[in-house]
Parts: sequence; C-alpha cells; structure tokens
Amino acid sequence: MSTEEREKQNSSERQTRRAVSDRRVEGVTQPIAPAVEAARQVELTINGQAVEAWEGMTLLQAAQSVGISIPTLCHHKELSTYGACRLCSVEVIRGRRSRIVASCIYPVEDGIEVLTESEKVAKHRKIILELIQARWPWVDKELLEKYGAQPGRFEEKTDFCILCGLCVRYCTEVKKANCLGFVGRGAERQIVIYPERAIEMCPTCEGGNMGCRSVCPTGTMPNEFAHTGPRFGKKLPLAYPVKSYSEDNVREVLHTVGDWRMPWVRSQTMPGK
Amino acid sequence: MPKLKSLLDLEELRKGIIASKDPSKQCITICSGTGCHAYASEKVADTFASELEQQGLSEKIDLRRTGCHGFCERGPIVVIFPDEICYLSVKPDDVSEIVSETLVGKKIIERLLYVGDDGKPITHENDIPFYKHQIRLVFGDNRLINPQSIEDYIGLGGYEALGKVLFEMTPEDVIEVVKKANLRGRGGGGFPAGIKWETTRNAPGDAKYVIVNADEGDPGAYMDRSLLEGNPHSVLEGLMIGAYAIGANQGYIYVRQEYPLAVENVGVAIEQMREYGLLGEKILGTGFDFDVIVHRGAGAFVSGESSALMTAIEGRVGEPRPKYIRTAVSGIHGRPSNLNNVETWSNVPLIIKHGAKWFGGIGTEGSKGTKIFSLVGKVNNTGLVEVPMGMPLRDIIYNIGGGIRGDKKFKAVQTGGPSGGVIPESLLNLPVDFDELSKAGSMMGSGGMIVMDEDTCVVDVARYFLDFLADESCGKCIPCREGIQQMLVVLNRICEGTGREEDLDTLADLGDMMRDCALCALGQSAPNPVLSTIQYFKEEYEEHIQNHRCPAGVCKELINYYIDPEKCQACMICMRNCPVGAIDGGKNIVHVVIQEKCTKCGTCLEVCPPRFGAVSKLSGVEIPEAAAGGIKVR
Amino acid sequence: MEQQDLSKVDEIIDKYESNSESLIQILLDVQNEYRWLSRPILSQVCERLDIPMTHAYHIATFYKHFSLLPQGRHPISVCLGTACHVRGATRLLDRVVQAIGIEPGQTTPDEKFTLNTVNCLGCCALGPALVVDGEYRSNLNAKELADIVASAD
Repeated sequence: MSTEEREKQNSSERQTRRAVSDRRVEGVTQPIAPAVEAARQVELTINGQAVEAWEGMTLLQAAQSVGISIPTLCHHKELSTYGACRLCSVEVIRGRRSRIVASCIYPVEDGIEVLTESEKVAKHRKIILELIQARWPWVDKELLEKYGAQPGRFEEKTDFCILCGLCVRYCTEVKKANCLGFVGRGAERQIVIYPERAIEMCPTCEGGNMGCRSVCPTGTMPNEFAHTGPRFGKKLPLAYPVKSYSEDNVREVLHTVGDWRMPWVRSQTMPGK
Repeated sequence: MPKLKSLLDLEELRKGIIASKDPSKQCITICSGTGCHAYASEKVADTFASELEQQGLSEKIDLRRTGCHGFCERGPIVVIFPDEICYLSVKPDDVSEIVSETLVGKKIIERLLYVGDDGKPITHENDIPFYKHQIRLVFGDNRLINPQSIEDYIGLGGYEALGKVLFEMTPEDVIEVVKKANLRGRGGGGFPAGIKWETTRNAPGDAKYVIVNADEGDPGAYMDRSLLEGNPHSVLEGLMIGAYAIGANQGYIYVRQEYPLAVENVGVAIEQMREYGLLGEKILGTGFDFDVIVHRGAGAFVSGESSALMTAIEGRVGEPRPKYIRTAVSGIHGRPSNLNNVETWSNVPLIIKHGAKWFGGIGTEGSKGTKIFSLVGKVNNTGLVEVPMGMPLRDIIYNIGGGIRGDKKFKAVQTGGPSGGVIPESLLNLPVDFDELSKAGSMMGSGGMIVMDEDTCVVDVARYFLDFLADESCGKCIPCREGIQQMLVVLNRICEGTGREEDLDTLADLGDMMRDCALCALGQSAPNPVLSTIQYFKEEYEEHIQNHRCPAGVCKELINYYIDPEKCQACMICMRNCPVGAIDGGKNIVHVVIQEKCTKCGTCLEVCPPRFGAVSKLSGVEIPEAAAGGIKVR
Repeated sequence: MEQQDLSKVDEIIDKYESNSESLIQILLDVQNEYRWLSRPILSQVCERLDIPMTHAYHIATFYKHFSLLPQGRHPISVCLGTACHVRGATRLLDRVVQAIGIEPGQTTPDEKFTLNTVNCLGCCALGPALVVDGEYRSNLNAKELADIVASAD
C-alpha cells in the first residue's frame, strides 16, 4: 500500500470511527461554540496567524478551529480534560514572558502569542515521545522522526498501558459504569479493572464491544473483560491490573481492534509476543 | 466557661489570667514536643509530677509541659522559672536531684547545664550560643505555654490581634498591612500572602475558604509540626484574621496524621475556642462568623501541593490539577480558597500587633521577618532555629549549629527539600532569603537545611531525593512520572559504576523538559536536586562515571571494606560482629574481608577499635591481594 | 478466614454522618481501628457512602497510611528522612532487614512484625532513627535489634 493510499484509508477510518465515537458519547459535550451565551470574543495569534476564539475555549480548540494540529494523547474532546501527557505542550508568549503550557487545558487569552512548534516545544516534545516510546515501543514512526526522537535513549520498561486515563474517564463519565480505575501512585500507578463490576457491566457496553477499547490509543484494553468470570474461577480478585491482562491478549486485541483512534500512535509493527 | 461576647470580655479574661499568675512562683517547664518525646520527656515530666507530689510541693510549684524549644540535640529540655535555669538532656533519674537541689535548695546543678566553648557552664537558655544568635518571634512563645491551654496563650496577649482587626480595621486595612509588611509564603514559593489574600477576596463568590497547610512532607523539616504542636492558637488566630480579611467563614487545617500530637493539640485548641465563643457565630459580639474543620492527611507528599490538598479536602484522591486558574479563584468545590502554611499564618498576629513597619525592619529588601529552619544532618546542634532573613549561611551553621560533627569538613548544605538544591562551601556567605537561595539554584522551601560533610556523596543525595519523589509523585503526568523514573535509572547506574559519558546530558535534557512541562510544582521542581548537584559538584559525578570511584565512600557498589594487615591485631571483634560471616581469620591470624560475601554494611568499620583503625573503605582502587594461608599477628 | 466484625465500621461512618466527602477521614479511623482495610471493610464503606469501589480503592492505594494487608503486632518504622539518610539510615535499614528477615512493606509470617519505611519522623537529632511499638530509638546496632526480636511476643 502506498503512503497516499494508507493515508486515505486512515482518514476514512478515522471519520467512521469518529462518527461512531460521537454517537457513543452522547450526553457529554464540550462544545467548541461559545460555552456561555454572549461569551466574549478573544483574539490571539497562533504560529503568527491571527485567531478569533471565544472565552472559555482552550488553546487546543482554538488551534484546531483554524486547522493547526497539535499532537495529543490523553485528550478526547468528549471527555473531561486531563492534562497529563503534556504532548500538546505549546509555548505561550505574553510580552516578554514565555512559558510552556498544556494546550488542551490552557484557556485562550487576549493578546497572547502561541507557538505550537517552537524550538523549545519541539525539544520537549521529543523527550516526551522518547519517554512514551520507552513504555510503549510502537509509537508512530513519522511522529518520532518529525521530532528527531531517538528510540532506545531511555531504558525500556515496556508496558501495555501508558496511563493516559482515557478508558477510565470513558467508563466513569460516559458509561458511569465504574469498572475501571486508577490505583497506586508515582511509579506504581496502574489502571485496574474491577472484575465483579465488569461481569455485570461490560457485556452490555456497546453491545459487548466495550467502549473503552475504542478510546484506548495503545490497544491495551482486551475484549475479554466482558467475560472476566471464567478467568478467575469463582473467586474474583477485587481489582486486576489491565496491563497484566494485556500481555495475554494483546495479539487478539490488535486483531479485533485493528485500528487506532489516534493516528499518531498506531502500531507500526505487531507487538512481538 | 462563659462565652466572650465583646472585646471587653476578652480583656477582662486576660486580666484575670494574668492576675492569677504569680510571677515569682516557681515553675518547671518541660519540652514535650515530638523530638523531646523521643528522648523520653514524657517520663521526665511524669517523674517530676510524682516527685512534687511525694515531697508535698504540688501546690507550691507549677509543672508545665510546653511545646518544642528547638534545641532537639540536647533534649529533653527543662527550664525552671522564674530564674530561667536551663537544664539539658535531663533523664528521669535527674529529677529528684533537681527538685531537692534546685527547687528547694536553690542550687544549680552544673552537670546539667550547657558548657560553652570556654569550658564555662551557661545557666540561662538565652545565653547558649544556639539561642543567642536567634530571633525567636514566632517560635519564642512555644517554651512559655502549655499548648493545650488557651488561657496560657491569652495570658501572653493571645487574640489581641484578632480583637484589633475585628474592632479597629476593615478587611481592606488588614490586607493592606499584610501587603505592606510583604509577608511571603513560608511553605515554598515565597508568594506574597497579601496579594494572594486580595485575589481571594476579590474573586467572585460568596462562600470562600481559608486553609492551613500543615502537610509538612519535606523529609528533614519539622518546624511546622513543632509550631502547630507547641502554639496552635497562634496559627488559628492568624487564620481567623485572614478569614476576616478575605471574607471567609470556613477554615480548614490540613494536617498529616503522621503528626498525632499536632492533630491532638489543634483539636484541643479548637474545642477551647468554641467554649469561649472564639469560633462560631458572632465572634466577640461582632458580625463575624467563623469555624474550622481539621482534615487529616493520610500520607502523600504531593498532597501538600495546593490544588492536590484542596482535592483531598473534598474527599478525593489528592492529585494536583493544572493551576491555569488559581486556587485563590477556584479552589475547594470551585470556590475561592486561600491556602498558606503554618508558619505564614502564625506570623500574621505579630504583624497586626506590631505593624508592617516593625515587620519590615527585620530581614532583607525582598524577604521580611524571620524564618524557622530545621538545621539537621551532620551538624553539632541539630534543632529548629529562627533567624532574621538574610543571615549568612555560615552564621547559621557555625554560630548556631556549632559547626560540623566530629571535626569533619563541611561539604554542602541542602535546602528546600526534594524541590531544592545544594549550596557548596564557596557560597557559605550567602545571605539566606527567598531570592538569594533561588539565585544559587536552590530554594527556601519550607526551611529544611540539611548539612552534609565530606562523608556525604552528592550523587547519592540526588538519587535519594529522586527515589523519594518516584514514590511520592502522584504519577498522573508523563514528564513527572516517567521523567523521574528515567532520571533514577541514570542516577542508579552512575552510583553503581556503570554510568555513561552522555548521562549528564541526558539528566540535563530531562530536567529541562520536566521544569517546563510537568503538571504541578512537584514535577517542575523534581529535577532540582539533580541539576544543582551537577552544577556544583560535576567532578564528583565524573569521578563516578569515568573512574568508578565514589570519593565520599558512600555508593555501595563502588566501595570495598579492607582490613589493613599491618594494623589488624586479630582481636576477632569484627569477625564476631559481621552479620554475614564475610571475615576470614582467627585468633592471632590477621582478618581479611571476603569480598564476594561482603554486603558492605560497614559493621566492621564501626566496631574496629579506634586505636587499631585497621578497617577502611576503598573506592576506585584495586584491593590488595590477601596473603594465602593468613598472616600471624606479630 | 473468619468473618470480620464490621460494627465499628458502621459506628465510624455514623460519626461522619455517612458523608462521602469524609471518605479519607473515615478510612483513617477505620485503619486505626482494624489496622488494615480488608475487602469486606472497603465494600461496606462503599455501600454505606454510596460510592464506587474504584474511588475508595484508589484512595486506599494512593495514601501511604492505608494498608490492604493485615499488619503485624509490632510495627517497626525506619526513618528515611534526609537527615537520617545522610547519617546512615540505609545501613540501619539493612540491619533491621537482617534481624527480622523481611523487606520493607512486609509482615513476618507469624504476624509479629511489620516493617515499613517512613520519610521523616521529625526527630532528626536522633538520626538514624526508627520507631518500634511507638517508641523512638536511635541508631540501633545488630545486637540491640536482635534483643528486640527476641523479646517481642
């Protein structure tokens, strides 16, 4: 398949997926249109381009509204903002002051100058990508190349979950199912599934397809959650790490999920198992 | 207990308390802070109580358990009023002698006094060098009051400032005074308190909150605990003044449950305030209503971060949130919330009482007032010290701290805890204030000051802090969670002798990214201990990387214990004490460390009699081959 | 395992008027009462406060004070604060590990000791320090530790 063809396919897939995902998350909205009636208009520049936005919008929304794309990972427009991956970091200049902010949460302000690809941003984004790569080695090559990321710079701690929290937010906010959650902190932080709850809720979620799988950028979410019971027999653990599940399931997951919601983190090679 | 319904009621109460106290009556005070508690001060106090009872002196002599005096190195501290005779390191066995000799016989027991450098004993606390160079504005009352007695506090002028504010000043006046005094936050960043108060006051919304941050998680710092334990009312009075100025009716005290005595004393203080009507509705008969809730923290350093702390108060996991909208505008339940730390709050009554000009007369241009530091580590006089801002580091460490332990050489001092950095010997004359410490690549933080000598490895210290942070980070954002872990990987290999040429660049790149991109202050400042040690001690890092040598002899993988056959007297002490049986030899046969078995616990070095001094640590050199069959001692 | 008596859990929750905002405070009291948070305890708390387990379990694993395993009768906490660290806390910890045969975070099989590390006890003058059965001890050597092990019931 040529690059062009692949791009075309990806884009059509993306559209379909978005349509699907839009339907799924009915009820939760973060409109790009003015959040408050009679919201104030705000003027700023992004990469030198004058942009008009509404008060209450984020920099990411403002950039997207004029077709400037900023890479994101933990962001989903239908879910609550999270601001954790920092891949969407941009440089904001006001007068002589410059600072790096996460565009997915930073509110637009009058008169600021935003640089989405400044030297500083690119340098930081490169390191963030390298850190993600050390966790999840299948990061999109084009993106790695764009920022000159050197795979292998950091010690590989391959995991199947990069803790973006999209699944948790989806399960909690959209489905209100509370099957998934975080546990621990710092280096020990994990996402776990609550099997007792999952047995009850997952089979009914998106007709047994489990919506969390559609928002997971890494394919960590296996569809086996819906059939959690037999795996543990009668005695279910209180909570079980998602990534431990994945080690057994990732191949099947790749097969069944097959595509990636976020084009930049799609799989380049099949995770070797 | 009658409720105080007016300013007059309060003043009458105060007069009554003062009148009931006979200043010439003897009073034994015993430091009962956690530090002295660890030295069995409780037993000393109990022994005093029973001794007085036995000798029929209970009525004649008062006994008061006070808060921390600061000189923890020499606790438990007993001061006998009215003569202010100060006895140090008092043991329960000393008690009956103190009662019969000093209290009854009016004689001083020299053995329990501080002995100055000139060999002369010092009777009064304030003449001891440790105290002589301090200015104890905030901390001074600790030694005079029983923290569980609101009457003690009121007797010393407590709640006078509150009265002044409620009856003579508008909220705007109060903010103006605090702004003019330029009181800066004592918890870390040094943000001007008055400006924060003003932002909170002006933020839209009726319900507003004031909060005391007593989640002192910085390892090696304990001044907030001692203050809250020893003088809780000073913090509460400051909080109430802040609440009045900001327009808040609800306060919170977020205190770590690891500080049980602080939790207890604050709880008692709040109860007493309620009984006197100093909390509740229409305080002192005015229109001001205020109440306080104590929230115990369950053990998370990151919960000291303001947004995380507020999330925890809401009963959720204490994770920080991005503060593009400040907590002063949107904090607890999205309402304007003003957070200051313990020490900041307890400065407030002083400023109100004595005025902004008085406060501005102490300290430096940009940093006013005093600061309490916890002076710990390899220093002779460990303890809490309160000094005017701007005192040179050298004076704090040498004049107050009494210099370095065991005649070792000073190497560096770490300030600001896990968010701070190190300051090397070349900067010992640095005047300590917010701005100078930042300029030197460190920070004030909450006031931890950890003194390090030549036996401290800075790479190991950097690794220690990163290890701490890897555990204490909430793990939400990638720069902090992954960045710290990868920094730790690099530091671990440097300490293990497998560091790489490019490692220092890698650390710098990671640190740079984390400072800019991490979600909260914990992550943004996490690289500081690493970057500042690289800044001042690059050679030490390079020694580890290039020559696999730890100059301070700390990094386990880079050292070996070695017994000098010339010096060993084959006394068997190290052999018997080695926990893993890694020492060969026997009676009259020189001992040899079996390197393959050695776990490098250092026991042999510790137990080898100093007069032999046969055991040493080697780093970066070959271990001399042991003679086959063993050498007989000559 | 025998059935745990959960009546104290209910009492504690009643004290806080079943307010879910007091979850952390409730769990602290429960932890102090039972010395650990068992699964039935957590389920009970969630049910009474009407909160999902995801929420309670996150808190129980996030804060260091909570334990999801039974604790020994004699808790030992070794201080790893900075002041203790520069004065040799790691060596003290090694000695403790050697003496009781478990790593930090573990409990001996006879449930006699639980070993934990803490990040500052605030008695820096004692460093390196540890607390055993609520008593603060300074820089114990191998022999003193052996005595503690031998004398504990």
